[in-house]
Amino acid sequence: MRNVVRVLALIAMGLASGCGKPAAEEKIADRRAEPPALLSSYKLFAGELRELRPASGVIPYDLNTPLFSDYTDKYRFIKLPAGTNVQFQAEDVFQFPVGTIIAKTFAYPVDARDPSLGRRLIETRLLIHESDGWVGLPYVWNDEQTEARLELAGGAVDVSWVHRDGNKRTNNYIVPNANQCKGCHKIGEMMQPIGPTARQLNRDFAYENGRDNQLKHWANEGLLANLSNAPKLAVWDEPKSGTVEERARAWLEINCAHCHRPDGPARNSGLDLRFSQNQPVALGVMKSPVAAGPGTGGRSFDIVPGKPDESILMFRIASTHPGIMMPELGKRLVHDEGVALVRSWIESMPHELK
Amino acid sequence: MRFKTYWLVIVLMGITAGCDRPAPSVAPKAPATRVVQIEPGVDAAKRAQEALILAKPGDIVEFGVGTFEFKSTLSLDVNDVTIRGKGPEATILSFKEQGQGTGGEGILVTSKEKFTLHDLAIVDAKGDGIKVNGTNRVVFRNVHVGWSNGPKETNGGYGIYPVQSKNVLIESCHVSGAADSGIYVGQSTNIVIRGNTVEENVAGIEVENSTDADVYDNTATNNSGGVLVFTLPNLPKKDGTNCRVFRNKLAGNNHPNFAPKGNIVASVPPGTGMMIMANDRVEVFENTIEGNDTTGVSVVSFLVTQRPIKDEGYNPYCAGISIHSNQFANNGAKPQGSLATILMLVMGKPFPDILYDGLTDPKLSETDRANSLSVRENGSATFANFDAASIDPKNMLTGKKPKIVRDLKGYAGEIPSLPEVKLEGLN
Repeated sequence: MRNVVRVLALIAMGLASGCGKPAAEEKIADRRAEPPALLSSYKLFAGELRELRPASGVIPYDLNTPLFSDYTDKYRFIKLPAGTNVQFQAEDVFQFPVGTIIAKTFAYPVDARDPSLGRRLIETRLLIHESDGWVGLPYVWNDEQTEARLELAGGAVDVSWVHRDGNKRTNNYIVPNANQCKGCHKIGEMMQPIGPTARQLNRDFAYENGRDNQLKHWANEGLLANLSNAPKLAVWDEPKSGTVEERARAWLEINCAHCHRPDGPARNSGLDLRFSQNQPVALGVMKSPVAAGPGTGGRSFDIVPGKPDESILMFRIASTHPGIMMPELGKRLVHDEGVALVRSWIESMPHELK
Repeated sequence: MRFKTYWLVIVLMGITAGCDRPAPSVAPKAPATRVVQIEPGVDAAKRAQEALILAKPGDIVEFGVGTFEFKSTLSLDVNDVTIRGKGPEATILSFKEQGQGTGGEGILVTSKEKFTLHDLAIVDAKGDGIKVNGTNRVVFRNVHVGWSNGPKETNGGYGIYPVQSKNVLIESCHVSGAADSGIYVGQSTNIVIRGNTVEENVAGIEVENSTDADVYDNTATNNSGGVLVFTLPNLPKKDGTNCRVFRNKLAGNNHPNFAPKGNIVASVPPGTGMMIMANDRVEVFENTIEGNDTTGVSVVSFLVTQRPIKDEGYNPYCAGISIHSNQFANNGAKPQGSLATILMLVMGKPFPDILYDGLTDPKLSETDRANSLSVRENGSATFANFDAASIDPKNMLTGKKPKIVRDLKGYAGEIPSLPEVKLEGLN
């Protein structure tokens, strides 16, 4: 594939020189090396690609409360360059060294009630820390499930599966394009990972050698330095893991706060849904909308305590209209269970917050 | 393989397009501008998106003649890229078929430096027409934005929407049908909005929480409100100040307000030529303001929205508002909106050309409070300070009437003119 590109590039340069414009020729030569077209080139997995068995030095991990992505199952892996590690920090996303690759594969189960029936791999998103910053690359799996190919412009895949309730469901699943990757991952001026914070990683994982706390495991493997008391984010759908408020706030953090934060793409809204935010109005309580347009649904405030049906936030997370729905990207379906959780939280809010 | 082919076609097209230009006799120092051409046809939307992802600074992405259908937001995050068409009648980017999960606006630009859009039309965006977020040096020229079913509540909020940007030029554009504002500039600095036509939007042009804006030679007709200059609470940028609005025609802005309830603009009374809310230093001059059924210009505090303010850094009052040398005619004949209903009881009809709520910042000195508003040399324009502080349900019940001041004597103080806005780095 690379040879094809090279040959065609030479042809292109030939054309360019044909019209006597050396400057244009330079521009072509300046083009950044194209990323590999195939997922297998990265050698992240051992054995058959579709089995997603991590190669040596590749660590699988889970998050306490993951982003909702149209009911896909997600398989996360991280690979740090040999001999490097990351410093523990309690609040922010870990600062991974240049050369780090994070791979997240999205798949639909055949039947969500029975994992042994198999799965359909849809896409693998790579976040690669290059010397000038993180780059997001979407690789789309072929129908044969033998390889995933880079699709910078994203795409759509029709899928069906048997849902947890036994009903058959379908989706026209959207693979984001490279710019849409930035739509969520651009914090300030730079792309960044979103998930791997101490509070998200602070949970057990069933490694091949047995169960272990992920942070402890990373520290034991020499990947994490200076591990100390780590906070723990509630698991949105495990009532034992936190109160309704804690779980709803965890859900809002991972689904909304990558944009709705003071240095995120939706900073212009003034809404800040990070877990750490404790000012009611910044969280949307009795906050007037700014640029919502039809997104208000005729409601006057983002959150009205005790009144989910008067809260704009509820209207937007329960919508599938492109100009209204939140989040705007990476989902086509409503996360019914997440919406129900946020509803319970707003219902339980003390009225005096008004 | 398909993807690679597209990429190469784009590159090759760019190069051959470059050949069409006459070679300069002296070799230029700057590299030749690369023009990537997108013609209508199968996968045009995908080709366009790939071109914008792979674009390099200095590139022009040019849409040919025809209608281009998009199923997702078209996005750009590369500095110094121009998107252009063959004219807003010839090149139409349609977002009618946009599906959910692919973005909330027609075009989204997040480049840090320099973006230019010209000579095309954006129609039927599900959300905003084009949003440019956080860019220094933005130009919109001869861009049309509209919705084919006319003004409707379900249309997108904003037509042209730069936000948190610097050095913004919007000229010779046309926007109609926006359910919030046709042209909206928010939380930005150094703004020129000139020679545009806005009609049948809720707000024609809105400058919000912004600093140093010149709005001139525009025509705003049949919006609910022609031009709005607002500062709202709970936003990162709160210092809305220094806005000049001059030589505009604000005529017959009487369209029913079709903004979805909950939006601030939903409370703009239909029939408003211009409205200034909670902003500092606004100079309104040499405009023609006529046939607006509620009033020509209203100057109000955020308090009239009756919304809660939980923002310590926010000042809800207007200050340093100067309205001079304008031509007013036939405003206020049929006042509309909920506030008007109350005001009619105490003021009668018609409403004046200039309507003021009389609310001033209590933290200011008596002199400064008196100088919050200056109204001079507007011919026979009529005026009323409707004393909003006295309008509350208790007073209404007890029959205590607000003290309506129609005499302009108290508003003759001169406020120095604002300087012209100089756009930096735009020619």
